[in-house]
Amino acid sequence: MAVDRGTPNAEATAAERAGEPLLTVEAVDAFYGDAQALWGVTLKVGPGEVVALIGANGAGKTTTLRVISGLMRPEAGSVTMLGRRLDRLSPHEIVEAGVAQVPEGRRLFPLMTVRENLEMGAYGRQARARRRETMDDVFAMFPVLKERREQLAGTLSGGEQQMVAIGRGLMARPRLLMFDEPSLGLAPKLVRGIFETVTAIRDTGVAVLLVEQNVPQSLAICDRAFVLENGRTTLSGTGRELLANERVKTAYMGL
Amino acid sequence: MLSFAQILISGILTGALYALVGIGLTIIFGVMRVINFAHGELLMVGMYISFFAATLLGLDPYVSLLIVAPALFVIGVLIQRYLINPVLKAPEFNQILVTLGVGLVLTNSAQLLFTADYRQVRTAYSSLTWGGNLAISVPYTVSFLLALAITAALYVFLMRTDLGKAMRATAQDREAARLMGINVERVSMVAFGIGAAAAGAAGTLLMPVYYLFPAVGEPFTLKAFVVVVLGGMGSVIGATFGGLILGAVEAIGSLYASTGYKDAYGFVIFLLILILKPSGLFGRSRV
Repeated sequence: MAVDRGTPNAEATAAERAGEPLLTVEAVDAFYGDAQALWGVTLKVGPGEVVALIGANGAGKTTTLRVISGLMRPEAGSVTMLGRRLDRLSPHEIVEAGVAQVPEGRRLFPLMTVRENLEMGAYGRQARARRRETMDDVFAMFPVLKERREQLAGTLSGGEQQMVAIGRGLMARPRLLMFDEPSLGLAPKLVRGIFETVTAIRDTGVAVLLVEQNVPQSLAICDRAFVLENGRTTLSGTGRELLANERVKTAYMGL
Repeated sequence: MLSFAQILISGILTGALYALVGIGLTIIFGVMRVINFAHGELLMVGMYISFFAATLLGLDPYVSLLIVAPALFVIGVLIQRYLINPVLKAPEFNQILVTLGVGLVLTNSAQLLFTADYRQVRTAYSSLTWGGNLAISVPYTVSFLLALAITAALYVFLMRTDLGKAMRATAQDREAARLMGINVERVSMVAFGIGAAAAGAAGTLLMPVYYLFPAVGEPFTLKAFVVVVLGGMGSVIGATFGGLILGAVEAIGSLYASTGYKDAYGFVIFLLILILKPSGLFGRSRV
């Protein structure tokens, strides 16, 4: 996206200028009923970074995102954004604090138009004030959505729906955009487009937390990555380090 | 032929009130996935407020809409916040019991406070007619027009305003709505408030032509349910047409079969819809 998106929601704070992480997930335990899903999960996302979160099915990737977005309360540990605790806030307050999500399976509002879906992305008070401007930026990034703006989202192709889902996430003008399996179910040609989009979003200054089953591509474009195994963060490093890691190669890349 | 036209017109006029009751139920169902079995009782509460506004304050029933609708909105918000919200994640059966219980409490409170006496508000226009030989009731006509106006206003609200759109979004995917920064708890309270206000408004519009007693709401819950299933659960447009169709079917049934089974005709089309088109006539409409 070549268009300047202006300053994100929250202005840079002293903590950020000091090189501290944007988002910190610290020793989080989370449960579904009695079943523990996360055990001391710890990860950090720096400002403007792409961080990949990889792991097998059921390792806790989506659960981690649910905790960050406030859909789930952690039993222990903390989630902080530039020093501010997020883990006791409601989901809508977390969006207002600058964390948006492109959920798995897109989760568009199928009986609403493309334009209405995008408007819902900017529902928060701060984002709503700049809604028109942000929508123009999204249309610049995905011109096809501008053509289809009055079409019901449920009638779009899979690739177009994913564009709406990403655009809707950007409409919140987040400082951190979380992607949950954005390439799932898309044709290989479209998958490459998704990774290019993620990089383009990072280039506008928005940090990205990427959950993906496509491990090689994720590691290739990310700045850093964390590996989740059975609800625990077991490995972390730069994308290049993990690409060269033997365990990662055998477990996640079928090499 | 004259009597057929007369009956059909009066059926459709009544149908707009059924539609309004049904719209309230369908909005509540759409946003919360809860069937409000206290819906007819909210209509009854609206009627009592309208009745006392007429007898104590001397207000015309139509003017009392301005009191009834906001009052029922507040009642709806409180019911959602303190009674429905705590059971939203509970099994459906528990939700049904809560709304049934609210209905029983309302009916019996009304009986305790106001006795079981039948009451009526007689207005100067109560028995006026227009249309020559067709003899169409003036108050039914006024109520019909007001019901359509309220329906149109709700439609515009849902289609054009941010809060209305957030309601539709919450109805379509509650969790995705949360992730968009929509405060779904607040949206749910407003939705229940609007649903209750629609029921109360329908009760007020019935006031000039109907009579009032504590259990008056009961059949309206069932009629609203028929209307909503007919139009498609959660669809406002569907409930609008569902109401008009139910009104017409009841009227025609009364003409050709018997008035005594008036309430049964609705259930016949209810069963037919469930068998032939379970998603309702407008199950996939935008509103």
